[in-house]
Amino acid sequence: MKTSVIVFPGSNCDRDVKVALEQSTGGPVDMVWHGDSELPAADLIVLPGGFSYGDYLRCGAMAAHSPVMREVVARAEDGVPVLGICNGFQMLVETGLVPGALLPNAGLKFVCRDVHLRVETSQSLFTNGYESGQVLRIPVAHHDGQYFADGDTLERLQDGGQIAFRYTAGETPGPANPNGSTDDIAGVYNDRKTVLGLMPHPERAADPQHGGNDGRALFDGLVTALS
Amino acid sequence: MKARVHISYKNGVLDPQGRAIGQTLGNLGFAGVGEVRQGKLIEIELAETDAGAARQAVEAMCQRLLANTVIENYSIELVD
Repeated sequence: MKTSVIVFPGSNCDRDVKVALEQSTGGPVDMVWHGDSELPAADLIVLPGGFSYGDYLRCGAMAAHSPVMREVVARAEDGVPVLGICNGFQMLVETGLVPGALLPNAGLKFVCRDVHLRVETSQSLFTNGYESGQVLRIPVAHHDGQYFADGDTLERLQDGGQIAFRYTAGETPGPANPNGSTDDIAGVYNDRKTVLGLMPHPERAADPQHGGNDGRALFDGLVTALS
Repeated sequence: MKARVHISYKNGVLDPQGRAIGQTLGNLGFAGVGEVRQGKLIEIELAETDAGAARQAVEAMCQRLLANTVIENYSIELVD
């Protein structure tokens, strides 16, 4: 299985997700610089977390118009799976590949802690390694993670099964919903469920030595679905 | 010609910075302050001299990059 991670100026989770992908796929991972207009053939494209372009204008707005993103959008439209984590999710909403938008956290603070997520359905490329309703413990680290969608969009997401993960109560301190996201939404799919954007970082919980391993099944599940 | 683009959150979109500013204005003793909304102002110098063409170009800039129309409104002001 061939995977590509797109690297932007200011990405800081690119190496973490590369390690997680190597662990699950057993194969090499292409690191593709954002300024490249050519993207190697890939079964999965990952947009990593970080602070691309210093979050200027809006988080993810500049990266969404990087040269390589034209190709990422074209591949996604052809059905190539795309995973956007944190800043990568912000890029996905800015390109319109997934619906909605991400606003500054309702509490106006950067939130960096473990949260609990409910897997809304196991019926996807990304979540087949989990049970529907399973609760995961995964870290978040963001300032602009408040998911927003208007009423019509929310209804469409709900009816189409496009809500991937919701924040839910667990034993970690602090409110279950760390950022004021609409309807506790932590991650959403496109309408074909081939593109997933989520704020929490599964690659930071992909090895017992990370202090948690609940993110690993997302990468293992992708290998199961795509190999 | 110069364009000024004002960008602000749409009604119904939570603006926590605006809310915090409003609270602080109240703490400072400014009475009668209602809802406060914070936005952005972007000034762009343009080579274009025709107002219609300039507005059309800035409109396209807003749609493609300057504003996220899922959450933001924009207005364009042309200044000589």
